[in-house]
Amino acid sequence: MKKLRIEDKLYLVGYNVDHEYSHLGISDPEVCKTCEKKQCTYVCPASVYSWDEKEQKININYDACLECGTCRFACDYITWKYPRGGFGVAYKFG
Amino acid sequence: MSKKDFDVIVVGAGPAGMAAAYVLAKAGVDVIVIERGKFPGSKNVMGGIFYRKPMDDLIPEFYKEAPIERHIVEQRMWLMDDVSHFSMGIKTQKHNSEPYNCFSVLRAQFDKWFSKKVIEAGALLINETVVTEPIIENGKVVGVRTDRPQGDLYADCVIAADGVQSFLAKSLGLRKKITPNKVALGVKEIIGLSEEQVNDRFGIKDSNEGVTIEITGPFLKGMEGMAWVYTNKNSVSIGIGVIIDDLINHNMNPNDLLESLKNHSSVLPLIEGGETREYLAHVIPEGGYKSVPKMYTDGFMVAGDAAMLVDSIHREGSNLAVESGKLAARTYLEAKESGDFSEKTLSRYQEKLEETYILQDLRYYRNLPELLEEKRYLLTEYPQFLIDAMTEIYTVDGVPKPEKFKKIKGELKSRFGYIGLAKDLYTIWRKLR
Repeated sequence: MKKLRIEDKLYLVGYNVDHEYSHLGISDPEVCKTCEKKQCTYVCPASVYSWDEKEQKININYDACLECGTCRFACDYITWKYPRGGFGVAYKFG
Repeated sequence: MSKKDFDVIVVGAGPAGMAAAYVLAKAGVDVIVIERGKFPGSKNVMGGIFYRKPMDDLIPEFYKEAPIERHIVEQRMWLMDDVSHFSMGIKTQKHNSEPYNCFSVLRAQFDKWFSKKVIEAGALLINETVVTEPIIENGKVVGVRTDRPQGDLYADCVIAADGVQSFLAKSLGLRKKITPNKVALGVKEIIGLSEEQVNDRFGIKDSNEGVTIEITGPFLKGMEGMAWVYTNKNSVSIGIGVIIDDLINHNMNPNDLLESLKNHSSVLPLIEGGETREYLAHVIPEGGYKSVPKMYTDGFMVAGDAAMLVDSIHREGSNLAVESGKLAARTYLEAKESGDFSEKTLSRYQEKLEETYILQDLRYYRNLPELLEEKRYLLTEYPQFLIDAMTEIYTVDGVPKPEKFKKIKGELKSRFGYIGLAKDLYTIWRKLR
């Protein structure tokens, strides 16, 4: 079976994107520069986090978030809140 | 108390919160349920099977009207490596007649239905609203703050059924910090197939009957986890849950893991040609009994995933959620008689849970999470030995059977040593007492 990339799969997910407010953040972005594993870049099932080599920072694509919370268990520097009421992922099947 | 808008505020419209609200509303209690999603179920992911009993006690014969996918008549357990699987399981007609044992369900649809029953029973449901913190006065929880303007709500008691993240239990200091070795990430796909395809591929005669497959073993490369394939009416749920710490340490992307599962030679024929309809992710609390927090304080109780009530060995979660929600509601009803919602009165809630199978089951397995963390090889090397031994026994190659058995015995000795084997068996026996 053809392997599906995360990007392909996220098209199938219903979202109500909050364009004004990101529910994800990093409390101390300086830490990312010396973080060896950068586990947020691979444990997230929606590839929300990516390392920007040029800017030396983690980019957060919060509108793809599936709200599982894996990143907040994987890294103490990630600040994680629920999206505002009604926003974020809305599953059809569950 | 200064103000009171409701008797009880329930936070979260999942199975725990709605079971609580249903019991309360039926008893004439003024109860509000606050849900952050667009509708109940919209944020929820089913990573298991829905057991009938607790829900049937609440709404008799609910399965006749609820959106059920299939009732489960066969449950298979696979130990799998990269090229083989060793299969066990049970298919029984005893599970093929009412009242049934368990069902495959899809949360977004099932929870929405449940919420309608809760509203019919008399509860008020507010969607699209996030509870941001508890309101505390004189050391007691007296309400919740929401993200709505003038969104403070007051009540005698708050029942937090706000899921695995449970910011409420955490902010009250009931729950300790959850470490990544105590939670699993589950990723799942719904793969669309026709009813006939599902029936044919899983050996099912009638489209109401369903099959589950749980898979673990060396294909996980030493990570602790479980994969699953469940039949829905005209789709298959396929997913895999792995302890987050293991994903981190193995530099593993969960989607890569799911894709390799889908393309495994044992799994592929079940889903081939199907179209992915949805991709989902959710965290599962797997710390077991030792991670269950104190579940009450003045004016406050915690239920379901928020209280870490998951039996990962038997993939039970939503049934424990329903049961705990009911018990929290009943504890409230008892407390209401005396008008005393203090910590002391509400402590009956945890006692009730201890008296049921919920905490008795979790207590039985209390040492297992640590044992498996310490001895990850139990999950890979013993299953691998079994797979290899079965392959040897079933391979006819001119080697006499006594020689084969001798070879298998030799493998057992060289891989584990008889002392090692005895030690492992003793440890498991001791930890399960």
